[in-house]
Formats: sequence, structure tokens, C-alpha cells
Amino acid sequence: MISFCGIELAHPIVNGSGTFDAIAARTAFGEALLDDFPFSAFVSKTVTLAPRQGNPPPRLWELGAGMINSIGLPNKGLDGYLAEDLPRLAELPVPLIVNVMGSSPGDVAWLVAAFAERDEVAGLELNVSCPNVTTGLLMGADPGETAALLDAVRPRTPKPLIVKLTPNCSAPAAVAAAAELHGADAVSLINTLRGMAMHPRRPGEPWLGGGTGGVSGPAVRAIALAQVREVRQRVRIPIVGMGGVQSGRHARDLLDAGADLVAVGTESFRDPRAGARIAAELGQMRANSGMIAAPSQPAPPPITRSG
Amino acid sequence: MSAARNGARSGAAGSDSYVDPDNRGQRRNVWAAAGDSAGGRTLASFGRRRLPVVGRREYGAYVVISVADSEGPAPDPGQFAMLAAVERWGGGTDERPFLPRAFSVARRHDDGTLDFLLEAVGPGTDRLAELDGGDDVWLLGPLGRGFRPPRDGRRPILVGGGVGLAPLAILQDALGGSTLTLLGFRDAVHAEAATLLNDPRVATDDGSRGHHGLVTELLARELGCDPRTEVYACGPPAMLEAVRTLCAEHGVPAQLALESGMACGYGACFGCVVATKAGYVRLCVDGPVLEAVQLESVE
Repeated sequence: MISFCGIELAHPIVNGSGTFDAIAARTAFGEALLDDFPFSAFVSKTVTLAPRQGNPPPRLWELGAGMINSIGLPNKGLDGYLAEDLPRLAELPVPLIVNVMGSSPGDVAWLVAAFAERDEVAGLELNVSCPNVTTGLLMGADPGETAALLDAVRPRTPKPLIVKLTPNCSAPAAVAAAAELHGADAVSLINTLRGMAMHPRRPGEPWLGGGTGGVSGPAVRAIALAQVREVRQRVRIPIVGMGGVQSGRHARDLLDAGADLVAVGTESFRDPRAGARIAAELGQMRANSGMIAAPSQPAPPPITRSG
Repeated sequence: MSAARNGARSGAAGSDSYVDPDNRGQRRNVWAAAGDSAGGRTLASFGRRRLPVVGRREYGAYVVISVADSEGPAPDPGQFAMLAAVERWGGGTDERPFLPRAFSVARRHDDGTLDFLLEAVGPGTDRLAELDGGDDVWLLGPLGRGFRPPRDGRRPILVGGGVGLAPLAILQDALGGSTLTLLGFRDAVHAEAATLLNDPRVATDDGSRGHHGLVTELLARELGCDPRTEVYACGPPAMLEAVRTLCAEHGVPAQLALESGMACGYGACFGCVVATKAGYVRLCVDGPVLEAVQLESVE
């Protein structure tokens, strides 16, 4: 067992938010999903206060080494999630981490408070890849915005708070440092990189219904490694590393770069059991090496939150 | 996305079954026979499985590959599978494919062999269509919600366009080989795939085989004679929209097998949504077969 922000996990492989719908997967695969659940914790898809339909199709574009998605965070909204999804997700054999997003620090605080008393929820992940409607700035792209968000959210819950960093900004490590200083328990990275595809038959038009989308898959793996390493040099809190992981070796690389957990995302689209395979490969590599290697990227010295 | 455009809708027919009297024209209750099923669907094995390709046949513009799956669940008519070649998946146009491709199961033989009908139209289908005995595929399935049996003793009519005939083959196996089947193709070369179904009536755009015109013209004639029918259709969006409109005019229920680009096939990616009267639905878990009345139109 490993401990992540006080949550006991059987292995270091979790899912990236929005890349696995455990309820739909149970519909498709039945109870076999629960017997062989591929992740040591389940991170659910982003929940917003109000329901969202998501972006108009087409929503997907395939790349040689990954894909672009423009899904647009469809979800039932907080009330629908609490009534319909949470009871079913509580049946999973692993801890549940709920991902939330709001368009202002107050919205996010409301969402976080709504889960604070729910025993089914082990932790919360903040999707900060959203503009603050008041300032117009992406809450996760600016250290000051992230600090203000944490200041609003941190007092509302004792549960672990994970900030999902966006790579679409100039200094993710500075945002991570601000998150840590203002009370985040962990950071997760990387989210998808903004990209687009031109329509194959309509010159000048984008293919995706949302115009642009997020690039994921093997194409972003090297970027994830670099950003995880950079963030590890700035913060002491745990890191959930992700980006193009397809094998135990890829997971080990992210751990070596400073991650504490590794999330699998796009690879699950190719095989729903990918997480279990990768966890097994990682475990085998560790067994073969005879010991668990010490982190090669030591964390910096402790900081003082009040300072 | 390209995955979808590159060739999802698929599947058809079998290598030997259509000449095998035991396997053709005989009513087989595959719906009732489905073993591990819940919520109106046969459940997929959890995780993709590596399976051998045991046959490849060409039918005009199409290819049928057969995959040995004796241990796998027997799909319901209209269910699909995600397929990828084990070797050389990638390296085609734009270095694709990367994601698996969705294909209707076209037929299941008694030994568990599954047939898939392919038309090579992009990097994914190009690669799959060249597979032959000795190659392996990754298969995830059966997935989705397929066709429902006809309601109230209605007479089923099957309507297919091009590669969309695939799920009608396994459906015809389930309903019985005498089920009226109408198929539309571009031309006689494409219409060679009509042999995958029992006794179909054929229409071609250029008149090189069968009725010169649209398959929906054949359907209009049938609905005019007998409205106590239920229509099962799979084909290009324009054909499905024409089927939807015709059936609405005649007050006939229709089940439409739709196509959409998919990344995962099991509800994870939210990429394959289609617009319904109730909002977007994921075709992979809520479909691929939808009731025509769920739709404002097929786009």
C-alpha cells in the first residue's frame, strides 16, 4: 500500500479525470469491472454547478501519436451528480476523487463545500483550466489567480485538495508553488495541450466543433516529463504525473521525474484494462530491480505557509 | 474524427455461412441465447483481447475479415467491436492509425468466428482490410446496444446502404433468412457484397444492378403496401434520414444503426455523441442503434 495525502492506495496508477467513466464501463463490462478495477483510485469527470451539454460534434481528431478532444465537460451538474452518480461511484472498490470546476473562486468553493461532508469522497481535484468570469484570467494559468482560488476553497474542506495544473501557460511550476503555499495538498499534471485540426474538406475551417481542443497521448509524454520534473523542483507536496503513459516504463519515468502517482488517460481509450496492465508492469519492474528506487528528483526544502 | 470517418460502420458477412444451409435462412434466437447480458445488451469481456484472423474475402469494393473468438460472448445483432491490428497499427497516412476502429459485427458463426465487413477508406480500414490468416487483432467487445426484436408481431424490413449492410447480416440470421432485405449500393461492384445476405432486393445509384435509384424508393413501395412493419436500417446519414422520414410518414417504427467517430467504444471519451431530442447521447453506450423517434433528424 502507498499513502497519498493520507489516502491508502494499492498501487500508484490512477486515471486522469475525464478519461474513464466507471458507470458507463460497468454498463459495458458488468461486474467484471469491479473485480479487476484498473486504478487504485478513481478520479471522476469534472462536475460543474450547472449541467452542461458539452461541445457540438465532431469532438475527436486522431493524430499519429495521440488525439485531440473537444468534449466541453458535459456533466449532470452538482445536483445530478450527487443524486445519480455519487451513489454508483461509491460502489467502486477504490477511493473516489471528485474533480470540480467553477467559473469563479466562489463557485468552486460551493462545489468543494458540497462534497466536504460526503464520506464517499476521499479527495477533490480542482480543474483550474477555466477562465475566472470576474477577471477573465485562466485560474490555473496565473499564480495570483490560483492563490486566490485556494484562499477561497481551502477553508471549505478538510479533504485533500489536488490542483490539476494546465500546461497552457508560461510557468506551471510557479502556479504549482502558489497552490502549495495557499494550501493545496497535491498537484496533478499535465492537462491536455491546446491544439487544433483543420477540416479535411472545408478549407480554413476547424474540424472540431469546439474550434480547438486538447492534445493527449504519446505526443505529450516528453512535455509531461519535463513539467513534472520542473514542478518537483519547486514543491514538496505530492504530484500526480500524467501524459502519454502507455507502459510501466513510461510510468516509472514519471515517478523518477518526481511524481508520486501516475495517471493513465488516453491509453485507456485503446484498452479499458490498460491501467491494470501498466500497474502490473510497474510492479514487475520494481520487483526485478529488487528494491524501490529512491526518488531521483528530491523535493526542495520545506516552505512556511504563513511566510 | 478520423477514426470514425475512416471507417466505422461495418461489418458484414461471413465467409462460409451464406452458403451453409444450416447457417442461413434458419431462424436462430440469438437474442435469447445471449449469455451474460444486462440492460438489453450482451456484456463485453473486460479488456481488449488478442485474437487470430482466420479468413479474408473480398466482395467487390469490400473485404470481410473473420476473427476466431470461440471463448468470447456472442454479440446481439447490432452490437459492435473495437478493432486494431496488433502489428503495424500506425505508420499510415499522417502516421495514423492510433485509436482502434468501431465495426458492427456482421455475422457470428456457430464456432464463435466473428465476421467484420470493411471498406478501406482511411489509415485504419486500410490496415485492417489487408489482414489475413496469420495476423492478429486486438478486439474489445461486444459493445453497445443493438437492435430490439420487432414489436407487436410487426413484420421486419431490413434496409442497408453500402458497408452499412453489416449489422443486417447478423440480424437476418436472428430473424430468419426470409426477412425482407433491401440494399442500396453505388454500383454493381459494390453490390457484390449483397451476397452476404439472403435473397436481398438491390438498388444501385447507376442502375448497373437491380433497381436504378435509391433503396429508400424500394422501402417506400413496401411501406405503402403494408404499414404493419418495423424497419431496421443501417447506412449513410442521408439514407437513414430518408428512412426516418418515410417511416414517420407511415407511422412505422424504425431502429437506426448510426455511425460516429469513437475513440474508446465504452463510454469513456464522450467523443461519439449524436444529437437527439433529449440532448447528446453517446452512441457507443446508448446506441449504436437508436429509435428513429429519438431523433429530430439524422445528420
